Amino acid sequence: MYSRAYKTVVSAPPLLWVALFLLVPYALMFAHSLWLVQDGVLVRHWNLSNFQRLFANPLYTEVFLRTVRIAASVTLCSLLLGYPLAYYLSFHAGSRKDLLYQFVIVPLWVSYLVRGYAWKTILGSDGVLNGFLQYFHLTREPVGFFLYSPFAVILMLTHIYTPFVFLPIYASLEHIPRPLIEASQDLGANPRSTFFRVILPLSMPGLLAGATFAFVLSLGDFLGPLLVGGSSGTMIANIVQTLFGAVYDWPLGAAISVCILFITLSLLFLTERFEKRWSFK
Amino acid sequence: MSPKSPTRQSPLLAIYAGLVFAFIYLPIVVLILYSFNRDGVGGFPPRHFTLDWYSQLFADGSIWDSVLNSLLVAFGAVALSLVLGLLAALGLDRATFPGKALFRRLVLLPLILPGIITGLSLLMFAVFAGMQLSLLTVFLGHGTALISVATTEVFAGLQKIDRAQEEASLDLGATPWQTFWRITLPNLRLPLIAAGLLIFTLSMDEIAVTFFLIGRDNTLPLEIWSRLRRGMTPEINAVSTLIFAVSVALIIIWYRIRMRSMGSEAQQLLERP
Repeated sequence: MYSRAYKTVVSAPPLLWVALFLLVPYALMFAHSLWLVQDGVLVRHWNLSNFQRLFANPLYTEVFLRTVRIAASVTLCSLLLGYPLAYYLSFHAGSRKDLLYQFVIVPLWVSYLVRGYAWKTILGSDGVLNGFLQYFHLTREPVGFFLYSPFAVILMLTHIYTPFVFLPIYASLEHIPRPLIEASQDLGANPRSTFFRVILPLSMPGLLAGATFAFVLSLGDFLGPLLVGGSSGTMIANIVQTLFGAVYDWPLGAAISVCILFITLSLLFLTERFEKRWSFK
Repeated sequence: MSPKSPTRQSPLLAIYAGLVFAFIYLPIVVLILYSFNRDGVGGFPPRHFTLDWYSQLFADGSIWDSVLNSLLVAFGAVALSLVLGLLAALGLDRATFPGKALFRRLVLLPLILPGIITGLSLLMFAVFAGMQLSLLTVFLGHGTALISVATTEVFAGLQKIDRAQEEASLDLGATPWQTFWRITLPNLRLPLIAAGLLIFTLSMDEIAVTFFLIGRDNTLPLEIWSRLRRGMTPEINAVSTLIFAVSVALIIIWYRIRMRSMGSEAQQLLERP
């Protein structure tokens, strides 16, 4: 039905654009990780020394492990908050379902920076939370660890990613055919069994999608730590940022980025395989 | 036990859901509240209601310059992403070409990867190509990264179009170009508008990729960011509140468009013989 010319006109521009402005840049990142900086100048000498330095230096591994812990905590907390919310909306909210759904979506459209800034004003020593606690005589002095700590980063990122995690879980739950659940009840299963053996497995694709998204984006986040992390809440992406900034060691920064990229793509690949196993036909 | 819910209507769950909602909205409420507070962004409770921070905001020239810059970039990104996304969706739907599977994944990557990776890759590309960092590089970055938003929406929209209409048009002697303009495109109006709205919002808020591609002219998020480094004042609360208000307005419009598109879908289903 469509001529050769039509198909070419339609496919060529996006293909060429994406090749030039996505494929080439990502390839450059990869190439840089295999190059070197000597005496402040980029030397295009192919080698693996950047990766060796990464694994040998305890500073990098320490920050990296902290980053993984933070990302895992954010993912777990977002799931603990987002899943019950999605469940409530899907099964218990009845006619108010759509309206409540819109209310959950709204914060997603509000700038990341705005939400991060809000937490900054709440958690500081002179912030709203400390003011609140002192006003009600629950504490006498400002509590220091609320802000500029890994705790603050986890709190802020959980706040950002809970709606993100909610979305695919809600979609999955909505897709579960209700007759299936009735069948489970008819066969004598109590509510807990129905949940663990019917609903939860069927909502796995959504859960995995949301969890992967939250984990991967938290892993590579650098703004959160800059806003509320302080020096104890620094994450691996901040190190990349300084390597591309003041420190000027692009190859090393690129090497770390390649590692993050590798982890991300592996996780995406794994969840895709997992999804195929769990998906309901 | 009602047949619709698999578990008892547990009040605990309702309370928990309410708490989650409160958690999601708490920072925003605090933000808005304190934008009217005379005595600063912290402390409790807020006293002395004032609109001074808003008047200070409206007199603040560099913020409005950055808003203009953001709008320029956002409209540009919408145009670029919609055109390329539309073509890509048509290509994915109707053509086979080498690298199709790779293309589909590659174009999604900027949305799934942390922004720093895409931002730095584009930075390296700009340096490699000898480009100066400026609003142009930001525009190219946003436009490229957001192509898949348009592609996904338009592709979904294409699946809902009745092919018979296009075939009939061609049979009646219209050229493929005419068919595209008069049949295909009008049917894609709603997905295109919805995608455009989403791309606009994402571009206005974008900070991670923009961070590395920005030159001398700031976009709004980066202007706010540089202010934050200097100190926090309720003026930032005021601009944040305005951003929140505009975002809510946009999502209401987007929701309306989606409802209309679902309505027209239902209508088409009813009209089909």
